[in-house]
Amino acid sequence: MSCWQTIQDYGLRSIGFGERLLPKSDFTLCEQFTLIGSGLIWNVYFGVIALGIGFFLATALALAKSAENPALRKPAELFIFLFRGSPLFIQFFLAYEIFVLLPKVGVDIPLGFTEITVETRWLTKAWLGAIIVLFLNTSAYTGEIFYGALRSVPKGDVEAADAYGLTGWARFKRVIWPTMLRLAWPAYTNEAIFLFHATTLVFFSGFPAWQQKGDALYYANYFADKTFNPFVPYPILAGYFILLTLSVIALFGAINNRLNRHLPQDRRPKLRIRPQIIR
Amino acid sequence: MFSFCTDPSDLAQFQWFSCYLTTGKHLAFYTSFGTIMLLLVITAPTALLFGFGGASAARSQFAPLRWFGKAYTSIVRGVPDIAFFLFFVIALDQAFEWMRHKVKCPDWQDPIRQGIDFVVCRDAKLPLSSSPQWVHETYGFLLAVLTFAIVFGAFAANVIYGAMRAVPKPQLETAEAYGMNNRQVFWRVLVPQMWVFALPGLSNLWMILIKATPLLFLLGVEDIVYWARELGGLKTSVFTYPHADWRLWYFLGLLVFYLGLTHVSETILARLTRRLSHGQATISGEQQRKATP
Repeated sequence: MSCWQTIQDYGLRSIGFGERLLPKSDFTLCEQFTLIGSGLIWNVYFGVIALGIGFFLATALALAKSAENPALRKPAELFIFLFRGSPLFIQFFLAYEIFVLLPKVGVDIPLGFTEITVETRWLTKAWLGAIIVLFLNTSAYTGEIFYGALRSVPKGDVEAADAYGLTGWARFKRVIWPTMLRLAWPAYTNEAIFLFHATTLVFFSGFPAWQQKGDALYYANYFADKTFNPFVPYPILAGYFILLTLSVIALFGAINNRLNRHLPQDRRPKLRIRPQIIR
Repeated sequence: MFSFCTDPSDLAQFQWFSCYLTTGKHLAFYTSFGTIMLLLVITAPTALLFGFGGASAARSQFAPLRWFGKAYTSIVRGVPDIAFFLFFVIALDQAFEWMRHKVKCPDWQDPIRQGIDFVVCRDAKLPLSSSPQWVHETYGFLLAVLTFAIVFGAFAANVIYGAMRAVPKPQLETAEAYGMNNRQVFWRVLVPQMWVFALPGLSNLWMILIKATPLLFLLGVEDIVYWARELGGLKTSVFTYPHADWRLWYFLGLLVFYLGLTHVSETILARLTRRLSHGQATISGEQQRKATP
């Protein structure tokens, strides 16, 4: 079987297209590359969705945590503490147990032109349940990063805004928020990278891989178990993840440049990855 | 455990629970919390040692050693730590068995990798198939500890390497001007000064290490996650203590345990951050200035 045929059969296997049965023996390098790469679709999906929605909750959390009013501050502090203080692995298990115990009902949501039925049993599936956990988790970590950045906004900037007569929403939107993002961006890049790494936990923690549709680590582990040889699948996985990490750095670097575009070329902070501030 | 536990089926609620929570399996569950603490206590210094070695290697004058150090410190940036855990636990086991095989059975002719099997001679097996159960468990735990130390050593190496670069250059130049050689500059000036810079990164690393401990479950150690799943699962009436699916409560217990563990560390971190932002021209520094009369 040619490699091109393998790619056609297994390229989208992780999301349910192509060949049903996984290869059982005599694994070729091509099969390992294809299946592990196919699993990467899940990692990208989990990471992108969780980061995308998490950004907004994180901003809200950071603002709530720095609020004077304890009715806003306390819940935000508790939320951040709960999700940053416990292992993601335990959160996955716990969330899965909660989702399993929920009553199995369907809720109809009218969208005007059509109506969709949202069923609670979807929560026990990785595509929704794991997303919720990852979203809450990354919101807590990012919220803490943004909160830290919010506290580090130079007081001169705020005073200048005051002097211009900017107050309230306008001051936040035009002075504090952009500065906060600028300060938080290197740490936020780190968080994004480590969130993508954390997505590999999903199929090892409660959420079952339905019909062997798993992520990249799931397939790498499958090959390592079947061949009892970890020296081929894991380096392939590592290669894929290094590429993924590099793309994240490239994308976030471009946004970093845009955030700092008002500064002269040589004074723009370079985006350096600092693993000492990992989650 | 208690004398009234002989027939648990007709006990009142409180007594039932006092019997249920002291069964042999539950005592094993409580012991596994000790396993976690043991892992933390062994791994933290070992990883620090690995990290120090890695960072020193990355600064070495000798190029191959420097490349090794750089590769060791930078690989963890790109690859998920769980992949490392799953990889090392098999790879280390096979590496040890292979080395023992080479030493103990030099006249063995067959290849070690036969298709999907990894075959070494009987004497090279680790642990020996004749050894008691606890040797197997200890070996598994030690493999896990070594795996943790390698991965977290790489994180620590990154932190320490950064801290070494953060020591002001003039300090080192002054030491050289006093006639110290490279080794003396390293041990007498660089190492004592770098800890201040490494401290925030290392305390963060400690938090990450705490939160990585449940991954022991993936490495095949009977840890708290294993027992929580085992004990919490549905028990039908054929068991002595039948109950519904209680895994939720067991995992809640684990959550509380970890929150307590990290809370203590976080308190210390917060104190540190407050000291560091003292006197800075930022919002938090400003608030501190206004708060002190």
